Amino acid sequence: MSADYVEWLRREGRIVIVGASLAGLRAAETLRAEGFAGELTLIGDEPYEPYDRPPLSKSVLLGKASPRHTELPHRRETDAKWRLGVAATGLDLTAKRVRLADGDEVEYDRLLIATGVRARPWPKEDEARLDGVCLLRTRDDASDLCRRLKAGPRRVFVIGAGFAGSEIASACREMGLAVTVAERAGAPLVGALGGVIGAVAADLQTENGVDLRTHVTVTALEGDAVGRVRAVHLSDESVVEADVVVVSLGSQRNTDWLAGSGLGAGPRGVACDAGCRAFDFRGIVTDDVFVAGDVARSPHALFGYQFLSLEHWGNAVAQAETAAHNMICRGAERRPHLWMPAFWSSMFGVNIKSVGVPPMGEQLMITQGSLAERRFVGVYGHQGRVVAAVSFDNTRWLEFYARQIERGAPFPVEFPTMDRRPEGRQPVAADFPDPSLPTHGPTVTLSGYSPADQQLVFHPARH
Amino acid sequence: MTHTSLFRQITDFANRADPYPLYEELRKTPVLHEEEGGPYVFSSYYDIEALLHDPRVSSDSANLAAAGEDPLAQGEETGGLPPSFLRLDPPEHDRLRRIANSAFGPPHRPRRVDDLRGDMAATVKGLIDGFGQARQIDLVDQFAYPFPVTVICRLLGVPREDEPRFRSWVDPLVATLDPETRQNPDPEFAKQAQEARMQLGMYLAGLVEQRTKEPQDDLLSDLVDSRGPEGAMTMMEVLSTAVLLLIAGHETTVNLITNGMLTLLRHPDVLQRLRQDPGLSVRVVEELLRYEPPVQIVPQRTTITDIEVRGVTIPKGARVWLVLAAGNRDPERFKDPQRFDPDREDLQHLGFGSGIHSCFGAPLARLETQIALSELARRLENPRLAEDPPPYRQNAVLRGPRHLNIVFDGLRP
Repeated sequence: MSADYVEWLRREGRIVIVGASLAGLRAAETLRAEGFAGELTLIGDEPYEPYDRPPLSKSVLLGKASPRHTELPHRRETDAKWRLGVAATGLDLTAKRVRLADGDEVEYDRLLIATGVRARPWPKEDEARLDGVCLLRTRDDASDLCRRLKAGPRRVFVIGAGFAGSEIASACREMGLAVTVAERAGAPLVGALGGVIGAVAADLQTENGVDLRTHVTVTALEGDAVGRVRAVHLSDESVVEADVVVVSLGSQRNTDWLAGSGLGAGPRGVACDAGCRAFDFRGIVTDDVFVAGDVARSPHALFGYQFLSLEHWGNAVAQAETAAHNMICRGAERRPHLWMPAFWSSMFGVNIKSVGVPPMGEQLMITQGSLAERRFVGVYGHQGRVVAAVSFDNTRWLEFYARQIERGAPFPVEFPTMDRRPEGRQPVAADFPDPSLPTHGPTVTLSGYSPADQQLVFHPARH
Repeated sequence: MTHTSLFRQITDFANRADPYPLYEELRKTPVLHEEEGGPYVFSSYYDIEALLHDPRVSSDSANLAAAGEDPLAQGEETGGLPPSFLRLDPPEHDRLRRIANSAFGPPHRPRRVDDLRGDMAATVKGLIDGFGQARQIDLVDQFAYPFPVTVICRLLGVPREDEPRFRSWVDPLVATLDPETRQNPDPEFAKQAQEARMQLGMYLAGLVEQRTKEPQDDLLSDLVDSRGPEGAMTMMEVLSTAVLLLIAGHETTVNLITNGMLTLLRHPDVLQRLRQDPGLSVRVVEELLRYEPPVQIVPQRTTITDIEVRGVTIPKGARVWLVLAAGNRDPERFKDPQRFDPDREDLQHLGFGSGIHSCFGAPLARLETQIALSELARRLENPRLAEDPPPYRQNAVLRGPRHLNIVFDGLRP
């Protein structure tokens, strides 16, 4: 890309961002902060200004925060044209145009795709339409569910015990509502953290009065004569009466609108290089289409160059900043997106945080605290190195473990740590389910490899 | 002339008024170990941050290989009382701090600090009104000391009028934190410090006994009555927690307020802006915690195993010093670090430490200092320093002026 072109782009080019949520907003702000003076357009299918999602399944459900007051703070003026409440429906890579649901088309010189994910709906459409069957992903979803919980249902049924499902169950218990949670795997959070930690989460739920059903699937949702949900049928042939059912089966990446565009986009997201440049379906990198946030799937040098799709708040911010930077600079000034995966959750009064990629770990060691006290740090190992750590009510140590992961520190962890108990002296199997069997879906998926980036320091394997 | 080690220059009182050039020198050797048995001194932001989160670094002096050579380390925590959570590692640290926190902050007491806002404003007003017709004051004696003492007394439930009594016990205890005193421990002084701690403990025991019979709306009552899932503190644990909160609850804030006013008087443009916009105090206080933190050094850390930092092996049981104030001005971390700039986008600091021991009273100290500085800025007409630099307190760890004489033209209503 010629220097002249980049100069021209920064001065008077047109940049379009599809997706007006966290990643889209932060990208827009970064573009302006780094001196982009051209025309900036943000397209979003929801009618709202970018808002924050983590509170939706926590304080908003409890009525402690209004769903209307979760707008994301703006870091700076973006001076952008906002096209809200209209979805992008197509992309013409050759003509450099985005097609919109209202028939309009928007031309770009550079495009950023930040369309994120949506909640995976209940697969049987007629059952999904029953009154009382809810999803929780958007602000409108949260308002609706909050209203239904406040009305005092006799029982809430949550399908899926991933993070969102478990947080919803926690909110229900805090409101004093009876709640049943059904999970295909053997415990909550298994897809994200494995069976050993999942067992701790299971105890946490049952001790807090959740009716937790594991190793079961929901076979049918039953409605009454006027179309309200009234019962849930399970694969173990039991039936649970409930008047609110929350479908919490993970998410789907919003890539449908890219079908036929020629981009390497599919159910697992939009593949891109470490600099956030999208690949076309031939595996060739584009130079004017960039991707960031939940919808992106990019290779991570620290994790064997595997392509990671991360549904993490922090990843959306960091990747948006990197993408925005790379969009308006010359090749040599571009930087790779090397964010350390990290996410947090809070349920039943416990703060859970993780760094790295737990599902990559085969083994686990509890290096601080104890599973029985539900206050601990667990470290995941993969082929002799530390790849992740998780904490329950021990967040402040995780920075240390993030550094261990960055250094490729050896696993098992041999050095002593404060508060190491006998249970943490030997690694155990982390007990992730067979990835070929479906669960609610972990928040991280891994696939494939790409060649080493020459700018990175390459360390040969230890063995 | 013999070579004086950098670390001895830092603890030398002669350099107290401006240690920052020494810190700059210090950062040239990120892992400094100058003498056999002496501390490993860390001054880079990233190293300090990492060590504060390192589960191989202990706050418990029992893990010091050379513990026996530091009578004061023993002295502080004996005097009949068990160590406070400041000097403990998990799991004991976590248990005690959690119980203490349930009496102090969210989720159990979410408004305890914020509810003091009105009281704080009234105290500040009273102290400033008390300057009367004077046109020169010592900010330390007339404001920066009495204000946080009044607040912590009120919060804990310690009678304000007992201040002269506990001050005579607190002063020697605070002096034990000074490295200069530690390096040349006078056995007489060590004995005196232990005695002071015991006296303070006995004084608080009297109050605690009262609260056991007749609980009040104060922290002491809540500590006595802590019966959460964690169980309760033992009486001795309540006492050592109360000693910690009483001392840490005001000794640091005195310096933060004084360093703050000194810095503002050296930056009249910022003082003027603060006068017009009290809301700026939030940013001013955060930047102060970076630029002139009251706790300059964390000297009580040790390693529980050999650890490697920047290619240097720190042996197990070594004394580790984290020079927070040096890390706060590390150019690797902050743009233009020697500049006092409340407008900086990247408003971060190590002023309250980090990790599990990060300052327990931070929300209180922030609020106190915001209120104090914005009111001083608003009410003092044309304030200026009577002497610069002012005389400093002996302590290199808890650093701040002993007196701060300010001249002004009058008081605004």
